[in-house]
Amino acid sequence: MSDLEQQPRVMILAEIRNRQIHDLTLELLAWGRKLADQLGAAVDCVTPGVEQGDFNKLIQGGADRVLAVRGDSRDGLVITDAARLLVATIRAEQPEIVIAAATTFGRTVMPVAAARLATGLTADCTALDIDPKDNLLLQTRPAIGGNIMATIKTVQTRPQMATVRPRSIKPGGLDPDRRGEIVLRQYDIGADAREVLLSFTPDAEQGGNLENAAIVVSGGKGMKSKENYQLLEELASLLGAGLGATRDAVEAGWAPFSRQIGLTGKTVSPKVYLAAGVAGKIQHLAGILTAEYIIAINEDPEAQIFKVADLGIVGDAPGVAAQLIQALKARQADGREN
Amino acid sequence: MRIIVLIKQVPGTADSRMDPETGVMIRDAGESIMNPLDEHAVSEAVSIKKSHPGTEVVALSMGPPAAEKVLREACARGADRGILLSHKAFGGSDTIATSRVLAAAIRKVGDVDLVLAGEKATDGETGQTGPMTATLLDMPVITFVHRLTVSDKHIIAQRMVEEGVEELQVNLPALVTVVKDINNPPLPTIRGYVLAKKQTFPVWGPADLEIDAGVLGLKGSPTRVVKVFTPKLSRQTVFYTADTEELASAAAAAVLKTIRERGLVKRDE
Repeated sequence: MSDLEQQPRVMILAEIRNRQIHDLTLELLAWGRKLADQLGAAVDCVTPGVEQGDFNKLIQGGADRVLAVRGDSRDGLVITDAARLLVATIRAEQPEIVIAAATTFGRTVMPVAAARLATGLTADCTALDIDPKDNLLLQTRPAIGGNIMATIKTVQTRPQMATVRPRSIKPGGLDPDRRGEIVLRQYDIGADAREVLLSFTPDAEQGGNLENAAIVVSGGKGMKSKENYQLLEELASLLGAGLGATRDAVEAGWAPFSRQIGLTGKTVSPKVYLAAGVAGKIQHLAGILTAEYIIAINEDPEAQIFKVADLGIVGDAPGVAAQLIQALKARQADGREN
Repeated sequence: MRIIVLIKQVPGTADSRMDPETGVMIRDAGESIMNPLDEHAVSEAVSIKKSHPGTEVVALSMGPPAAEKVLREACARGADRGILLSHKAFGGSDTIATSRVLAAAIRKVGDVDLVLAGEKATDGETGQTGPMTATLLDMPVITFVHRLTVSDKHIIAQRMVEEGVEELQVNLPALVTVVKDINNPPLPTIRGYVLAKKQTFPVWGPADLEIDAGVLGLKGSPTRVVKVFTPKLSRQTVFYTADTEELASAAAAAVLKTIRERGLVKRDE
């Protein structure tokens, strides 16, 4: 116990959605474990405002301690509450490093906390490492629309804080034999100047969660019409993929803004990105920089998207999309017969 | 009611440079424009003003002297006045150092009910300056907002999150960052340009804001860029041509094979 208290700490802010611990937390634990093992540190996972959750899973996923912290109010957890709880926990535990997900939650809670603590924060990192020379956190992120990468350090102030992009690391798997401690704590965070959650309306469409999708299908101007773009809805559903769109497709009214990928929209990091009729403007490419494998379909062989594609198909995007749908349906039918 | 809009001048093209020695962005390279999401923030402020007579919209921008251009544009779009936060001591500021300047300026303007900003800027893409500025002002922040209803004492904001939409209510003063979906900014009018042309923009430095230069600029920034490199895009693209139906079918088969090889195809039932 006293060993643990003297050990340096790496703190993970669990990804909380709807007062539940989201599985993205396992990726954060993988980052935390990687950094902590290099530093000989312990991993603390903070779960602000979570009343009920599978805390053991967090330990099995790499946490040495789960800090289940909550305030005195029970009426929902808004960003202000989460940030105040995080600040109180950081002040009590004095971690070297604090990591959260680059999501709407992490990207709001972390800057509020960093400003309160007057320390550095790096947004949307794609890689984290420890500099063996000074044990400082190396925070690498795309800059200027993804044209260059920058590695950033927080030199003087503590903790060193960063948000990391979803799918930037593989979760480490669960070890049922891992042992850890679950610590319950309550902090007085006050009730002044806080927002109140009136309602939450989940997205109607399936697979709407683009940021976490393993496959993302997206369509651009080259899909030529709204009807053709809708082929991609069918394709995405057959593939179990998230569905995205370029800014042009959104502006043409083919897709809602919530699907827009790129500089003014969402950032995705799927294992496979299938771009149908997407020209590949730099603003769009900025949103798919960390996709593992890129498939592009475009009738223009000079389209910029082919410069970043692993597999390029020069041809009519709606036509190829229709062929893909046909092939997937045929396979499903075969599967049932066998 | 007084609304402040935070505006950033960003490179108009994606080919801006970074000083490889210091890692500081070189901002005078090429043409600069107003950060696209900030146009939405200005438009939102101006439309709130229309439904709340007596509202004043003040645009604030921290940047080089040339950032006066985006303040003028904000006025052409309907802002009442603009203030430029510019001084060599501000150069090289990271997000927290920038937020210190913005928060001090908002305090100096005084009697502010609502602060609006774009969710992020297209150059830095951090989305941190809004929440940090709010925190330094002890204001609550609501980010990623795509619908905003303003009353005299409070606002109701719809916030786009990963799996749906949150509706939140908060008392004023508060800071809100907006996404593109919030409105469709009209182009500035000729009259707007004419009015904006006559504007002069006060320039505030550390002395005007009564902040110690030690917490500003590169020196006052907790983060340091230690390395800049170009990501390798050494894709060995495999090409298929699909200008007939058979070839399209073969290409489709290749796509599915690739996806299957990566273990991603849903199990056949």
